[in-house]
Amino acid sequence: MAASAESIAIPQSDEQRARRDGFADRLFRRIVAGAGIFVLVTLAGVALTTLWGGREAFATFGFKFLASSEWDTVGKQFGALAPVYGTLVTAAIALIIAVPVSFGIALYLTEIAPPWLRTPVASAIELLAGIPSIIYGMWGLFVFVPIMGRYIIPWLNDHVGEWPVIGGLFKGPPLGLGMLTAGIVLAIMIIPFISSVMREVFLTVPTRLKESAYALGSTTWEVAWDIVLPYTRTAVIGGIFLGLGRALGETMAVTFVLGNVHRLSLSLLEPGNSIAATIANEFAEADSEIFRSSLIALAFLLFVVTFIVLAIAKLMLRQMEKKEGK
Amino acid sequence: MLQVNAFHSIRHSITAFAVAATLFAGSAQAVDVTGAGSTFVQPIVTKWSATYAEKTGNHINYGGGGSGAGIAQIKAATIDFGASDKPLSPDELSAAGLGQFPIVIGGVVPVVNIEGVKAGEIKLTGAQLGDIYLGKIKKWNDPALAANNAGVKLPDAAIQVVSRSDGSGTTFNYTNYLSKVNAEWKEKVGEGTSVQWPVGVGGKGNAGVAAYVQQINGSIGYVELAYALQNKMAYTQVQNSAGKFVTPNLASFAAAASHADWKSAKDFQLVITNAPGDDSWPITATAFALIYKTPKDAAHSKAVVDFFKYAYSEGGKAAEALDYVPLPAALVAQIEAYWKAEVKL
Repeated sequence: MAASAESIAIPQSDEQRARRDGFADRLFRRIVAGAGIFVLVTLAGVALTTLWGGREAFATFGFKFLASSEWDTVGKQFGALAPVYGTLVTAAIALIIAVPVSFGIALYLTEIAPPWLRTPVASAIELLAGIPSIIYGMWGLFVFVPIMGRYIIPWLNDHVGEWPVIGGLFKGPPLGLGMLTAGIVLAIMIIPFISSVMREVFLTVPTRLKESAYALGSTTWEVAWDIVLPYTRTAVIGGIFLGLGRALGETMAVTFVLGNVHRLSLSLLEPGNSIAATIANEFAEADSEIFRSSLIALAFLLFVVTFIVLAIAKLMLRQMEKKEGK
Repeated sequence: MLQVNAFHSIRHSITAFAVAATLFAGSAQAVDVTGAGSTFVQPIVTKWSATYAEKTGNHINYGGGGSGAGIAQIKAATIDFGASDKPLSPDELSAAGLGQFPIVIGGVVPVVNIEGVKAGEIKLTGAQLGDIYLGKIKKWNDPALAANNAGVKLPDAAIQVVSRSDGSGTTFNYTNYLSKVNAEWKEKVGEGTSVQWPVGVGGKGNAGVAAYVQQINGSIGYVELAYALQNKMAYTQVQNSAGKFVTPNLASFAAAASHADWKSAKDFQLVITNAPGDDSWPITATAFALIYKTPKDAAHSKAVVDFFKYAYSEGGKAAEALDYVPLPAALVAQIEAYWKAEVKL
C-alpha cells in the first residue's frame, strides 16, 4: 500500500516540478530576451533620434554635408568632412600604436613575466582603464603637449619630414597640439582596454598546446604568433574593437589636445577636429536651428562611421576564417 | 435658511483663506529662484547670491550652461531669469514677452606669449588684431606692427593664433569688435559666439586658451581679464576709437561702460565694444539678464528684480574682487526706470 501511494505521489510531484520549472524557464527567457531587446531598442532609439534631430541639416545641405569641410557658424554653412576625417585619423593613429603595445603587454604578462609580477601589473592595467578621460586630457595638455612641441615635433620636422611620400604627414608648426598628439593620447587611453582583454584570452590557451609547441622546439615568439594568437584571434579582435570604439567616441581628452579647428590638412602635426569634440565644444552655444541640427547630424554620422568600421572588421574576420577553411 | 448657512460658511472659508494667503505673503517666505545662461557671469552671480541669501533668506540658484541654453530656457519658461552675453534684439524680446537689462561689465583681453615681452608692452590697433586673426600678418616682426611698437624688440617668429573652440560670449564680443574695426574681417568672418576662424588653433574655455597661449611660443589669444591676471599673462594694449592706446584694467572697462550710449539703446540692446572716450578699453563686454515682462510667478520675478537691485547697490566690491566692473550709477538709474515702466510686478 505504502509503495503504491509513493508510486502515485512521485509522478505528481514530478509533474508539479516540471510545471514550475517550465514557468521559471519561460520567465527567465523573457527576462533575458528583454535585456537583449533593450540593446536593440537603445540602438534604434539613438539612431532614429539623431537622424530626426539632424534632418534639417541633411535636408538643407544634402550630400554636401559629407563632402564639405566648411563650418561657418555665421554664414550658416556646415559640412562634416573635417571632423569625420579627424575622428578616423586620430583613431587610426591610436590603433597603430596601441595594438602592438597591448600585444606586448599581454604576452609579457602571460608568457614571460615572473609569476609574482603578473597580478600587480594586471591590476595596474585595470586601474589605468578606470581613469576618467578628462585626466588624460589634462595630462596631455599640460605635460605631453609641451614635450611634443619642444622636442618631438621639431625632431620629426627635421628628420621624417624630409622623407618622400610620408614626409608630408610629419611637417607642421611646432604647436604640440594636433592629430598626432591626440592619437598618441588616445593610444595611451585604449591600451589598458585592449591589453587586459588580450591578457584574459591568452590565459585561456590550453597549456598542452603551448607545451607541445615548445617541445617541438618553437621559440616564445613562434608560440605566441602561431599558437596563442590563432587560438584567440576572434577575442583579440573583439578587444581591439572595444578600444577602437572608445577611440572613435572619445571626447574630453581629444578636445584638450586636438586644436579644435575645422580645417582639413594632410599633416598629422596640424590641428584638426573630431566629431565628438565638435559636439562637446559647440552644442551649448549653438544659437540657430540649423547649427544645432548640424551638430545632431554629426552625432548620427559618428554612429554611422562606427557601424561601418565594425562591419568592415566583421567582414575581415570572416575572410580570415574562410582562408583557414573553418 | 440652509442656503444662507452654506453661503455663510463659504464666505467664512474664503475670508480665512484670504487671511492665510496675506499672512503667507506678508511673512516673506524664502523664495527659491532659478537662473541659467552665461558662464561669464557665473562666478559673480554665485557670489552675489551667497551674500544675498544670508541677508534675505532668498536663494538664487544660478546654473550657468551657456548663453544659448539661458535664452532657450527662459523662452521655455523653465527658469526665472536667463543671462546672455549677447543682447537680444527688441523684436526677439517682445516676441517672447521678455525684458532685458545689463548685469555687470567685463572685458576681453588679447594675450601674447613672446619671449622677452612683458604685460602691456605690445601695442596693437584693432585693424592689426583683425589682420593677425585673418592670417594676413604672419610674423611678429612684420613692419605693420613695428610702426606702433617702437622700442619693443619683436622677434622674427611666426604668430600662432589661438581662439576659443567652444561657443562663448567672449568670442562674440571679440569678433564683434573685430567686425567693427576691420572691414575684411566683417566681410569674411563676421561676429558670433563661434565663428569660422581662418587660421590657428582653438582651446576649450578661457582656461584652454590661456593654457595654449602659455605653451605655444609666439602665440596670441584672447581671454577675460581675470584669466590674464590670474595666470600672469602678457596682455597687450589696444588702440581705442579715440586713437589712444589703453591698458586693460577695471578703470578702462568702467570708462567704456560709462561712455557707451545706453540712453538711446532700446531694451539695452548695445554691445559696448569700440566705445567712445579717451580712456575706454575697446573690447569691453556686458552680460544681460532676461526676465518676463508679465511674469507667470510674480513672487519669483519680484525676487529676481530685488536680487539685482541688491547686486547693483551692494555688490560692487564683490564684483571688483572678481575682476568685473559694477554698472555706472546712471545706467543703474536707467535700469530701475526700465523695471518700473516695463515689468509688471
